Amino acid sequence: MLTFTLRRLLLAIPTLLAISLVIFLLVDYAPGSPLSDIPLTVPPDVRQKMIEAMGADQPVFVRYLLWLKQFFWIEPMTQFDYWFGTSYMEGEQRILSWQTRSPVFSIIGERLPQTLIVIGTAYLVGILIALPIGIYSAYRQYSIFDQAGTLVAMIGFSVPTFFSGTLLIIIFAVWLGWFPTKYDTTLEVTDWASFLEQLRQMAMPVMTLGLANAAAISRYMRSSMLDNMSMDYVRTARAKGLSERTVVLKHVLRNSLIPVVTVIALGIPSIFGGAIITENLFGVNGIGAALIGAIHASDLPMVQTLAFIFAVLIVLFNLIADVLYGFLDPRIRYD
Amino acid sequence: MKLRTALLGAVAAMGFAPAAFADRGTDGEVKLTFPQAVSIMNPYLSGGTKDIYAASMVLEPLAGLSPEGVLIPKLVTEIPTVENGGVSADMTSITWKLIPGLLWSDGTPVTAADAVFTWQYCTHPEGGCSQATKYEGVANVEAVDDSTIKVTFDGPKANPYTAFVSALSPVIQKAQFEACLGAAAPTCTDANNMPIGTGAFKVVGFTVNDTVSMEANPNYRDPAKPAFATAMIKGGGDAESSARAVMETGEFDYAWNTQIPPDSQAAMAAAGKGEFVVAFGTLVERIEMNTTDPSADLPEGERSTAKHPHPILSDIKVRTALSMAIDRSILVEVGYGAGGKPTCNVIPGPEGWASDNTGCLTQDLEGAKALLEEAGWTDTDGDGVRDKDGKKLKLLYQTTVNPIRQDFQALVKDWWTEIGVEVELKSVDPGVFFGGDPGSPDTFQKFYADVEMYANNSESPDPESYLSQYMCEKAPTPESQWQGENINRFCDPAYDALIVELGTTTDLAKRQEIAKKLNDMVTKDSMTVIPLVHRGTLSAHSNALGGVQINAWDSELWNVADWFRVK
Repeated sequence: MLTFTLRRLLLAIPTLLAISLVIFLLVDYAPGSPLSDIPLTVPPDVRQKMIEAMGADQPVFVRYLLWLKQFFWIEPMTQFDYWFGTSYMEGEQRILSWQTRSPVFSIIGERLPQTLIVIGTAYLVGILIALPIGIYSAYRQYSIFDQAGTLVAMIGFSVPTFFSGTLLIIIFAVWLGWFPTKYDTTLEVTDWASFLEQLRQMAMPVMTLGLANAAAISRYMRSSMLDNMSMDYVRTARAKGLSERTVVLKHVLRNSLIPVVTVIALGIPSIFGGAIITENLFGVNGIGAALIGAIHASDLPMVQTLAFIFAVLIVLFNLIADVLYGFLDPRIRYD
Repeated sequence: MKLRTALLGAVAAMGFAPAAFADRGTDGEVKLTFPQAVSIMNPYLSGGTKDIYAASMVLEPLAGLSPEGVLIPKLVTEIPTVENGGVSADMTSITWKLIPGLLWSDGTPVTAADAVFTWQYCTHPEGGCSQATKYEGVANVEAVDDSTIKVTFDGPKANPYTAFVSALSPVIQKAQFEACLGAAAPTCTDANNMPIGTGAFKVVGFTVNDTVSMEANPNYRDPAKPAFATAMIKGGGDAESSARAVMETGEFDYAWNTQIPPDSQAAMAAAGKGEFVVAFGTLVERIEMNTTDPSADLPEGERSTAKHPHPILSDIKVRTALSMAIDRSILVEVGYGAGGKPTCNVIPGPEGWASDNTGCLTQDLEGAKALLEEAGWTDTDGDGVRDKDGKKLKLLYQTTVNPIRQDFQALVKDWWTEIGVEVELKSVDPGVFFGGDPGSPDTFQKFYADVEMYANNSESPDPESYLSQYMCEKAPTPESQWQGENINRFCDPAYDALIVELGTTTDLAKRQEIAKKLNDMVTKDSMTVIPLVHRGTLSAHSNALGGVQINAWDSELWNVADWFRVK
């Protein structure tokens, strides 16, 4: 198992380098300019100076190599300096966002907590809703519960979040006035009142995303359960006289979870990626909102760095899902 | 008796002394929301309006502009003029006097050296300062003494109120930015995000592209202001959600730039929690005519250049007919509602500068048809499209991707089709259209289309630099890497001569007269530009917020120190 993991990790290095180059070229050759938001009243010569100050006038490969150096050497070392109080990277140019002129990694650091809390909670809520629904729907296939579950799942699947989110805002914020429409990032949870406030402002984005997540996962859970319910070993278990509870929750569930765990693990990078639409809609300043803002502003260093981090996460969680298989299914061994 | 007097005096002192300061910070928090989040609090490194407005709560110029477009002193005792001796008689220098005892929010004194440093900061060749035009023509800025700033120009300057005037050109603290000159400017993250200023508020927290948290500046020059103890600007989302947060849910007090469709405006206003306010500056949505031939048959490098005049649009009759066919009031109704009004001028304001040109306001389809007939464009083959010498009257009409602009395109296409013009529509991503990439065929400067629509404005009430955009030499060409502001390649020696005259004229009434003449030359006299809508900035404030005075000439938040809570 260890050699397998190591081999996969080593293989990931050329893969990621290739990905980083492709992303860089794609973003660079995409149309748009970092100055398109600047009013037309700023004359061309001033624009040219601004471009030069950003370093955006350098040739592509120079900027790519600089970015590689910054990403793999300067940024980790800066973090090292921060942890151990050293100053190896003093005066070195970190990856700076063109739009805000701040270091990209500080922006990510500022935003990651919001994304993890809101999107992570929504994912967790989605899983917690989806698993019982999926299990019971499969166990009582074609019952009213199953039909209702299917309906909800179809709604969750097919209604886009920009619609369901706006609907929630109109119902719960405009009509009922229960929840705020804009997420307050400066809120610090220090006591019950502020904790309650935090729950209130998280309610709508979590509901919006939770529904979408639950829909997908409950479908996987249901179909995986159905596949296993008709297996011979289930019949054997029942014939042995095991209780229905043991049969379903021990034998069937454990086997059915294998594909579902893969789906859940592969979905985790998307938590870090944030939710572009939902974050924008509710003013959650997460990674997704940062990404779309950077794309609009043609903020190449920001887009490049974020996209590459997503790539790393996806490669990583694919590996984790593979390793998890080994634990869930004793038949699977990689050595 | 003595004791009693002393006690009374003490009681009185306790009673009155705080009273003088009682107004500052008594009204709690004021919450603002911007549809685009604030990226940086240093206007010299941004240029985006959102950042400039946010920074204007903290950083202040020497003088600002009132809603009427009149200069008002901010950090100085009075506006220097030739009459009071502040501006030299030959218009080559201007001398500003700082208010005595002025302090930065960190308690250190504001001196003339800060202004000198600000000039050095923005004019540093490697700094990439986005407001460099504000210091154009400035030969030197010197500190005559601690409170006297003398700005010397490299020649007589008809409008000396550019450097250190308006939110685009505030004074920054030398002590804070000293290490941030030139190439180091973007690396000073802390200074750029939390600048020390003289404004009513000081920054206490900044999350990039999200929230700015502010507190009342303890050293603000008026001890009774601001009424609010804290302020915050939350950014992100879109115009609709910003407007909703003020007008429907009442979570926020003020929302900047809430340009939403007219029907949504009405629905939100009906909720009764706030009101929309509009600032009309000089922003004009217009159709620009290409005076050169954009035909793809021409070799690259000659398309849309002065070498080949436009085969159709070179005829003023055609241009006039195209303008006559448009009903501007319908465009306003569909696209902007309260946020716009029909106009025939590129300089629609301020009053005094705007020409009384109203000839385009009534639509005249029959007249347009007659003009086209007169110009020799007739429909010989009966297919509904006019032609002349075997050439169809066909135009490519481009603009950016934007719902209102696509509505406008559809409406204008209808009217133009009705007068026998075939119209092909094209919409380009705004990032590309305004991006200025010389390699892209779709930038507005390259103008590979017959007509194009966008909005532009003058950044100051005095439109000299804005009008000079239509000079011959400013046309984008392959030689200039397609950079240049004279988008339609309009070229009239008489126009250029008048611009030169404007540059040397100092008398206000005369300047205004010349500006009107210039405005008319590109609009009604030559129909090179077809103005459509004078656009305002629509903002919203809640009924619980008092003191809002919308301003189109300076930051909308210019008088935030005077805002208060309506109780």
